[in-house]
Amino acid sequence: MSKTIMTVDDSASVRQMVSFTLKGAGYTVVEAVDGKDALAKLAVTPVNMVITDLNMPNLDGIGLIKGIRALPDFKFIPIIMLTTESQDSRKQEGKAAGATGWIVKPFKPDQLLGVVKKVLG
Amino acid sequence: MSDDGLEKGREIFIEEAQELLAELETSLLELEENPADTELVGRVFRAMHTIKGSGAMFGFDDISTFTHEVETAFDMVRNGELAVTTNLINLTLMARDQIRAMMEAFRGGPQVDEERSTEIINGFKLIMAGVGAEKGHTDESVTKSEITTESHTTPQAEIISGPASIVTYRVRFRPAPELFTTGTNPILLLNEIRQIGKATIVAQTGSIPALEDFDPETCLTYWDIVITTEQGVNAIKDVFIFVEDLCEVKIEVIDEGGIFDEEQRHLKLGEILLSRGDVSLDDLKGILGKQKKVGEILVEAGITDEAHIASALAEQKHLKDVKEQRQKTDTASIRVPSDKLDKLVDLVGELVTVQARLSQTVTDFSDGVLLAISEEVERLTWELRDSTMSIRMLPIGSTFSKFKRLLRDLSADLGKEVNLTTDGAETELDKTVIEKLNDPLVHIIRNSVDHGIEQPDVRVAAGKSRYGTVHLTAGHSGANVLIQIQDDGKGLDKNVLYAKAVEKGIIAPDAELSEKEIFSLIFAPGFSTAQKLTSVSGRGVGMDVVKRNIEALRGTVDIKSKLGVGTTITLKLPLTLAIIDGLLVKVADDFFVIPLSLVHECVELTKGDIAKMHGRHISNVRGAIVPYIVVREHFLINTQRPLVEQIVVTEVDDRRVGFVVDYVIGEHQTVIKTLGRVYKDVEGISGATILGDGTVALILDIPKLITVVEKIESNSYEKALAV
Repeated sequence: MSKTIMTVDDSASVRQMVSFTLKGAGYTVVEAVDGKDALAKLAVTPVNMVITDLNMPNLDGIGLIKGIRALPDFKFIPIIMLTTESQDSRKQEGKAAGATGWIVKPFKPDQLLGVVKKVLG
Repeated sequence: MSDDGLEKGREIFIEEAQELLAELETSLLELEENPADTELVGRVFRAMHTIKGSGAMFGFDDISTFTHEVETAFDMVRNGELAVTTNLINLTLMARDQIRAMMEAFRGGPQVDEERSTEIINGFKLIMAGVGAEKGHTDESVTKSEITTESHTTPQAEIISGPASIVTYRVRFRPAPELFTTGTNPILLLNEIRQIGKATIVAQTGSIPALEDFDPETCLTYWDIVITTEQGVNAIKDVFIFVEDLCEVKIEVIDEGGIFDEEQRHLKLGEILLSRGDVSLDDLKGILGKQKKVGEILVEAGITDEAHIASALAEQKHLKDVKEQRQKTDTASIRVPSDKLDKLVDLVGELVTVQARLSQTVTDFSDGVLLAISEEVERLTWELRDSTMSIRMLPIGSTFSKFKRLLRDLSADLGKEVNLTTDGAETELDKTVIEKLNDPLVHIIRNSVDHGIEQPDVRVAAGKSRYGTVHLTAGHSGANVLIQIQDDGKGLDKNVLYAKAVEKGIIAPDAELSEKEIFSLIFAPGFSTAQKLTSVSGRGVGMDVVKRNIEALRGTVDIKSKLGVGTTITLKLPLTLAIIDGLLVKVADDFFVIPLSLVHECVELTKGDIAKMHGRHISNVRGAIVPYIVVREHFLINTQRPLVEQIVVTEVDDRRVGFVVDYVIGEHQTVIKTLGRVYKDVEGISGATILGDGTVALILDIPKLITVVEKIESNSYEKALAV
């Protein structure tokens, strides 16, 4: 059975790119527009991995990572955060919150798949 | 992601950015009223952040670079380092309009005013300089972003690199107990390590307590890894990049392909444990006096446990395997001077000739036993011939990689940005062919870069990427090798070529030429389309020399080009120069060989056919008019023409020309002998071969014969006109 990955981003184009790339590689994708939406969807849809942006309205990436790690079902799933060069302190925060790894934006589809394979197998 | 997906992504990006820009305008106006509203500042920052990040991802590098400054400024506002002023709001509004204009330009709107962009960016830099000067913040981040964009657009330039050395590393990967809480699965990391090279992995489970005390949510195992790879230490570090804060990853080099001395390769168990820090030197010395195996003694003495011994033994075995493997590859190839090989090829050639003679003689005897022997000899001879030829075969890759440097220097000289990509570097070709191919290839690549690829700004204006690409491909096609040099430059302009040829007197002003004929004008001696000579291609060597060199290799050159899209030059070369497949023909008592690769078909020519054409040297081959050359006449063989002759129709450069001979004998494997010094300048003969009965057959140089005959005929035509 194909694995399900959730992409959380307030930018539709980033969601589109992540989703298109992952679907092309045979994954099932669930999209969420911000941290709050993501947590709501997690409550009903089991996923194997989460890829989240950091800057988002309502609930940002750090908040979301903390929120996911607090859920017993998702305590150990891989969470990848999308960061930019200038966000090193945010990256540290994300790691402290329990992120598995990160991808620096802008990234190419191959890089994304490489990281997914690395943490999801 | 496919182009289609990218295109769709771009559309969505632009739509989304338009929305963001509209929202941005409102936010900025509100912010002007309430400069202290952090929620509004956050909104502006996020909008810029998204435009920049997604912009770069979908290839809008100009938008991304431009937006970077605005984002940096608002990041500073967010951090309380910069105040919201009317000036900042004005500038940001201007920037917003500029981004919108950039997007419109992409959708076919008017060109963006670059100067305005620079003005706006300078405005932001000025504002930030007040705060950023002492921190060196702005300038640094600008360069950084430029560097990252650059590295994204030139990935292909790094494709070809020399062979890396094979190194064996010892890695101790010791995760912190809380590793699992970050969602990391160490098994996946170990699997990734296995993909880098030959790895021996030993798990150390000594710290895992009894089941009742065991907490499955903590990671108490650690791993000893010995890995042999040519990918370098960074490939190993990359595997652990996400967990470097949470793990101890110790990487040491323990063997470097053949550089370390002999003793290093035979590390004893005790030495391995010692260098891993699992036992101390004193412990080892104290124990070595006894006569048991070191490992057993160390365990018995309670200095270390069996797991560590097992791990060290695994490393010992891994190193032994690596060493054995290396010795195998060392003996797998030997270097031989090429003249010895040439001698071998010569001898095989003689053998092939003798074998042909044997077969011929045996047929006359019609003795079953002899026939069987002869056939066996024939089979062995062909096998011997094939394997001898294969010894001379080398992959073309080394030639390809030389061009990478050439291209780099050329691009720098001409102020162009060009990538070289290659395909089929493993394609094998005869050593001599590769050597002789070098100069023509250099010239063609030079031409592609100099005349083909446009300057970066011209390319961008034409809607292409800044970086031009020259793509080299090699591949087999039957007994030939096809080498393609493809560029995505401006292509050949038929009208310019035509005008130039008329100007140079190469063709008549009213000549009617097909596209193909116009393209092949660049092979005419003295032809150059460059407006002015450059240091790169104006060296007095033209494409005519390239064509001559390729033809000397019995190859052909073909050009395809599309204006604005690029040019593809295809070289078709024989695999080897030593042997060709030929068609053996006879004129009176003389034998000739026509290279089979050029032969299209054979048809009859009767006295009646000749009469029909009133003695002109043309023939009607199934409705198509084919001119022919009578070999007998050309070589002045003064004997009677038979009643029925044969026309061997050849095809050169897509043109058909027939050669009239008495008989077509059949296919003949031809070992080429070069002609002696006295005869080497004879036009129309490229070499000779010896037939089974010892007779010499001359090999016809078909393309040359055609040009020679054409020249003679046009001369006599002009003379006739003059009279």
